Amino acid sequence: MIWFKPSILSPSYADARLGWGLAAAAGLAAAILLLIVLLLLRESWPVLQRVGGVRFFADQGWYPAEEMYGLAPMLWATLAASFGAVLLAGPLGVASALFCRHYAPFSVARLYRRMVTLLAGIPSVVFGFWGLTVLVPLLAQFQPPGASLLTGILILALMILPTVALTADAALAAVPDAYLRGAAALGLSRGATIAGVVLPAARGGIISGVLLATARALGETMAVLMVAGNVVQTPTSLFDPVRTLTANIALEMAYASGDHRAALFVSGLMLMGLVIILAAAAWRLSGGRLHG
Amino acid sequence: MTSTIDMHCRPATGTPADAYTLGPLQSGPSCCDPEPLIRVENLSLSYDNKPALAGVTLDIYRGCITALIGPSGCGKTSFLSSLNRLTDLIPGCEVEGRILINRQDARAPDLDVQTLRRQVGMIFQKPNPFPLSIRRNLEMPLREHGVRNRSELCDRLERTLTDVGLWDEVKDRLDTPALALSGGQQQRLCLARALALEPSVLLMDEPCSALDPLSSAVVEDLIQRLRGRYTVVIVTHNLAQARRIANYAGFFWVRERAGTLIEFGRCQQIFEEPAHDLTAAYVSGARG
Repeated sequence: MIWFKPSILSPSYADARLGWGLAAAAGLAAAILLLIVLLLLRESWPVLQRVGGVRFFADQGWYPAEEMYGLAPMLWATLAASFGAVLLAGPLGVASALFCRHYAPFSVARLYRRMVTLLAGIPSVVFGFWGLTVLVPLLAQFQPPGASLLTGILILALMILPTVALTADAALAAVPDAYLRGAAALGLSRGATIAGVVLPAARGGIISGVLLATARALGETMAVLMVAGNVVQTPTSLFDPVRTLTANIALEMAYASGDHRAALFVSGLMLMGLVIILAAAAWRLSGGRLHG
Repeated sequence: MTSTIDMHCRPATGTPADAYTLGPLQSGPSCCDPEPLIRVENLSLSYDNKPALAGVTLDIYRGCITALIGPSGCGKTSFLSSLNRLTDLIPGCEVEGRILINRQDARAPDLDVQTLRRQVGMIFQKPNPFPLSIRRNLEMPLREHGVRNRSELCDRLERTLTDVGLWDEVKDRLDTPALALSGGQQQRLCLARALALEPSVLLMDEPCSALDPLSSAVVEDLIQRLRGRYTVVIVTHNLAQARRIANYAGFFWVRERAGTLIEFGRCQQIFEEPAHDLTAAYVSGARG
């Protein structure tokens, strides 16, 4: 019945309206991102222009009052805490998802999945409380002062574990049944099926989940601020207290003014840069198919 | 049983018999001399207490092609999956009865299911190569079953790909993704993957129905070539295909909400002189 419409490719008016509405919503989301980047640039511009970008990496310390703007120690702390957390939570999360999908009885898997979802919903400040009152004193018994890179890593790992576990679980669930039946029909054991078929098939989803979790760890502020000790220094051991870029902003924003304030915006810009690099990596690693 | 000579015992005409490395068609035990390899006695199967198959008894003969025909939902696929215990994977699936494969009880609780499935390969309706390279698709199951020697792996890879007529098409791109192959090529790769494990039985669940007519003809030719070397059980909705390739045929139908075997016999007899009215109606196209 093609002759009822001028062309089968031209949508109806209702369709067109819906299309425009959706495009407007998508445009708004993109515009907000752009505006945030522009704001960061505008606010950090005075200090960037006056002292130059290099000094934020090269300065020996963070003494904004004396015009020393070395962000490098905090950048290293941020990176160390995030990647340490991913190193812990990544394998753990994938393992728990594998258990849930392929080994646990149905009822256990369902309960476990609900618990992990709940874990994802715990506010970060609550994690911080727990770290401050339990983890830090515990560690202080062995290696004072307790508040350190290690506690930061542990808290962050706990926080991103549900992200990794839930995205990996979704990626495993998306592995077609036909693969599993095919593997079973070839007489593959469960372990061989997982290593040889399931993980390669779910790789893209798992990697993008881990990168998403990394981005979350990079941006996490409150919990890390509460447990990491907040001393500006490049960590040389796991037991050194550190301050992350996010914690620095949260700690000083309230009273900073002038170039100091602008310098804090530079650290925001730096975080943004890290997340963009990460997103690009996720895109590349998952072969351009970030979601499925 | 009729006394006429089974037309399928002569080599298939059309292509030279030695075009592939499977060798002469009758290199295995002759299918004119029936010797049961699989004996199924009173097999019943249910999903969540709903019967899907009731009281199936039949013998499957060594080196022959046995076709299972009948309408959808009459338990043919369930029957097939119970032979390699793939039914174990389905929650709520209960199997009763006896299945003897090569005089061994395939339903014994202490049976090594992995070894059983190595001996009883399966091809599915939709080609299901793994999302790996062509080479890995073949090597991974072999490694799992203890073939680790490099030259042995390469050897089997080339032999089975040649067997399914795929070697010349893919020999220059063995390390490219298997999913980039066409549907027909994927199905032949799946066949090669099953053959690489050197099974004695091959179960095929409508192996041609997801393929275009040309690819379907290629796969059908291949199945013809398996006769004698392997015992093939094939489920098909294509009656003409069953008639062309099978030595034996079993006709399934739904009775009292459960699939049952109505008639089993030589293919020629089922199609030309069916003993049962339902069979006659089905093969003539009057019902089903």
